[in-house]
Amino acid sequence: MSEAPLIEVKDLGVTLNTSRGPAQAVRGVSFALRRGETLGLVGESGCGKSVTALALMGLLHESAVISGSIRLDGAELVGLPDAAYCKLRGNRISMIFQEPMTALNPMHTIGHQVAEPLLRHTGVSATQARQEAIALLDRVGLPDAAKRVDAYPHQFSGGQRQRITIAMALACQPDVLIADEPTTALDVTIQGQILDLIAGLVAERGMSMILISHDLGVIAENVERMMVMYGGTVVESGETDAVFTRMGHPYTQGLFRARPRLGARKGTRLKTIAGTVPELADLPAGCTFADRCTIAEARCRAALPAVVDVGAAHGVRCIRTDVSMAAGGVGA
Amino acid sequence: MSAPLTASAGTAAIARPVTGFWRRALRHRSFVLGSVLSLFVLGAALLSLVWTPWSAYDIDVASKLHPPSASHWLGTDVLGRDIVSLLLVGARSTIMVGVIAVGIGLSFGVGLGLVAAARKGWTEELIMRMSDFTFAFPAVLSAIMLAAVAGPGMVTSITAIGIFQIPTFVRVTRGSANAIWAREFVLAARAAGKGSFRITIEHVLPNILSILIVQATIQFALAILAEAALSYLGLGTQPPQPSWGRMLNDAQTLLFQSPMLAVYPGAAIAIAVLGLNLLGDGLRDLLDPRLARER
Repeated sequence: MSEAPLIEVKDLGVTLNTSRGPAQAVRGVSFALRRGETLGLVGESGCGKSVTALALMGLLHESAVISGSIRLDGAELVGLPDAAYCKLRGNRISMIFQEPMTALNPMHTIGHQVAEPLLRHTGVSATQARQEAIALLDRVGLPDAAKRVDAYPHQFSGGQRQRITIAMALACQPDVLIADEPTTALDVTIQGQILDLIAGLVAERGMSMILISHDLGVIAENVERMMVMYGGTVVESGETDAVFTRMGHPYTQGLFRARPRLGARKGTRLKTIAGTVPELADLPAGCTFADRCTIAEARCRAALPAVVDVGAAHGVRCIRTDVSMAAGGVGA
Repeated sequence: MSAPLTASAGTAAIARPVTGFWRRALRHRSFVLGSVLSLFVLGAALLSLVWTPWSAYDIDVASKLHPPSASHWLGTDVLGRDIVSLLLVGARSTIMVGVIAVGIGLSFGVGLGLVAAARKGWTEELIMRMSDFTFAFPAVLSAIMLAAVAGPGMVTSITAIGIFQIPTFVRVTRGSANAIWAREFVLAARAAGKGSFRITIEHVLPNILSILIVQATIQFALAILAEAALSYLGLGTQPPQPSWGRMLNDAQTLLFQSPMLAVYPGAAIAIAVLGLNLLGDGLRDLLDPRLARER
């Protein structure tokens, strides 16, 4: 516990320039991750999960304004010149993308694409890089890796391609792996395999991982700590077990109730959260969830609520936890 | 979903798309016809380097305006030069002007277009507005202007045609490069730590190459037309160097006496331009990634 955090994010804010004016895509996101720890980011589309990830990678558009601080091993990343960032990306921080069908260049062989970060960041020769690429492809479970290393991406299935992008991301043994919805575009049967593969690799190499998903089930099974995001802010964060046992924020509770369940009685309707996600370009002044919240009152809309500690390292950004958590927490 | 099918076809089926390319190419009519015509013109130019029936520079006024015969297959012109020899040597300057002018347009235009797409912001704005500016002048008019300043000649016409190829290439390159920059594999490449220069060379350029090849073919045809026009106006290739445009000009005064003199160079220009346009169309179809991916 005394170990210094590997990656430390303090009060991260991102303002994007959209056609509808500046949009506060991320506000006041803070977390710290030690070596080997895993963190999950959950939320609906447009809640700021991916923007947070891209901000960590320094991949946001130039017009995006980033405030706060991101430290990797104590070194500040916000405002780092692109040339210096290039040395980190793929080397110390890597990312796996959602869409394996488009994340590979159709013009290059997969061996070339996996070997590329090695050639770029480590001083290995082309032959060594190729050997290493084959070993990596083999490790991520691509059948016949040695034979298929010179094949092109269109000759692989979606699951195989995601294995290839994982091999690419892990080539240089990064310290931090960001997986942005790595299984969303895959068949359900493949999802489990890919998540197990990622979890295995993370444990094997002692990496820290930030897993982004909209699927509570994926988060529950794969990460130690989690953050629930809504409207660009973290509404609840804590140990995964603690959050699932005592959900504090009405949004987390709503999200949990809205998941489909096996074995539910026939004719049971899925619970939904009324309303839609607020536009990031014109967020409400107070709690971003207030308009959809069943227990919201006037003071919720006055100012953004502060984070309330409801347990050990379990924070909830809600001023009505007394009501929301008394009502039984995990509702229904 | 075709992907699992492809995968199950097994390792034996890992064929480069190239073999499929030639198989489809030989079935594509306009590609075949275009290649034949273009190769015909290219062959004529190459042949003229080693052999012509007569010297294209020898004037023999005694045998001027001969009709086609066994010794002069297409007859002779007003100065008694052999038409076939003139056409063969003329193909040489036509191709040379085309190649160099397209080369100028391609190297500068693609370079600027790639920079515009990679840099964005004011760099892109500057490059695009400059090409708009160049685009606004009619090419032939500007060539005349340039000839007035620098004096007429082959170098002037090549330079003028080349410069006016640049904006077309800038636009085509920047447009298609922007589309590639928006693709996820470019984001993935950036996440792997590549800088914009490497991404441009390794990811953007290979993916827009087919578009550029097609565009270059069509620009080649336009360059040939422009060269003919400039030579016809007396601003391009200078005598005694034969050129199709000049031959048209020479034939003009004799249009009623021997109209065939205008037909030969006209037909030569038409064959070259038609051939290249058909070739360009064929390549466009064949190199279209959506069709190429089909197996």
